[in-house]
Amino acid sequence: MNERGLGNKVLSYVIGFVMSAATTVVAYILVVERIWPTDVIIFTVVGLAILQLVIQLVFFLHLGQEKGQYWTLVTFWFAILVIAILVGGSIWVMYHLNYNMMNMTPQEQAQYMAHNEGI
Amino acid sequence: MSETVMEMDIIRQERQEVANRKTLGFWIYLMTDVVLFSSLFATFAVLRNAVASGPSGQDLFSMPFVLGETLVLLTSTFTIGMAVVLAKRGFKIAALFNLLLTFGLGVAFLVMELTEFTEFVHEGASWQTSAFLSSFFALVATHGLHVAFGLLWMLGLGIKMIRRWGKETDLGRLALLGTFWHFLDIIWIFIFTFVYMIGVLG
Repeated sequence: MNERGLGNKVLSYVIGFVMSAATTVVAYILVVERIWPTDVIIFTVVGLAILQLVIQLVFFLHLGQEKGQYWTLVTFWFAILVIAILVGGSIWVMYHLNYNMMNMTPQEQAQYMAHNEGI
Repeated sequence: MSETVMEMDIIRQERQEVANRKTLGFWIYLMTDVVLFSSLFATFAVLRNAVASGPSGQDLFSMPFVLGETLVLLTSTFTIGMAVVLAKRGFKIAALFNLLLTFGLGVAFLVMELTEFTEFVHEGASWQTSAFLSSFFALVATHGLHVAFGLLWMLGLGIKMIRRWGKETDLGRLALLGTFWHFLDIIWIFIFTFVYMIGVLG
């Protein structure tokens, strides 16, 4: 590789670093200052995390930019699919259980069980 | 003369292929590790409100401190990238300096994390306090263990690279370590977001 190749790689890392730091700090300020409603902040912060994931995959891991990365990309997308099923599925199931444990206080749970099961 | 050149070419090609296969194998390991972490994230998402009348994230987390941890780890993932690039181009001192910097930042991150953990336990928020804290410690400490393992790997590789600079296989190992370290920072982005920031919002 020549000097230009080195410059490009270094530049890629510098860009990735600056953009990652910026998204982190923006998300932090949003959470600490709390100017917006909580729901909006949560959506924005999650969006910023996904943006930073993409930034680091592109500028640090150089995903999909070199030749012969077919199986790398296949395993990557398969992992994303497994994560979606595992995390999304767990949360979905736990939110829709009969006793709906995630939205109840322990007192409400005890009341609900006493009412429905006589426990 | 030309025959030996051809042989050298074949040897180089074969080495490249072996390196590519190792990279893919290591990548597949990382993808399985992602699945391990996603199950811990799912557990945490389900249990995050189960505080059992104990302290919640809002009571415990100190956000400036966590931002510090995040920036330390982010800087270390940048410096290890520089170490990989510089070592490939043969800049010995610069590459080893960046690797040393990465090691220092990694140790700083672990010390910060352990400080936080001891503080929590002293405040009566141990992993035995509630399901929220059990899943918190399981998730964050698994990430911390990965960082600790990465530091051991870095120490061993760094010593090897100082003693026998310029070996092709060492450069390959350094590139894999770099990938591992980038992966750990990506996991931390999501711990920072889902555990700390959303935890503080309540």
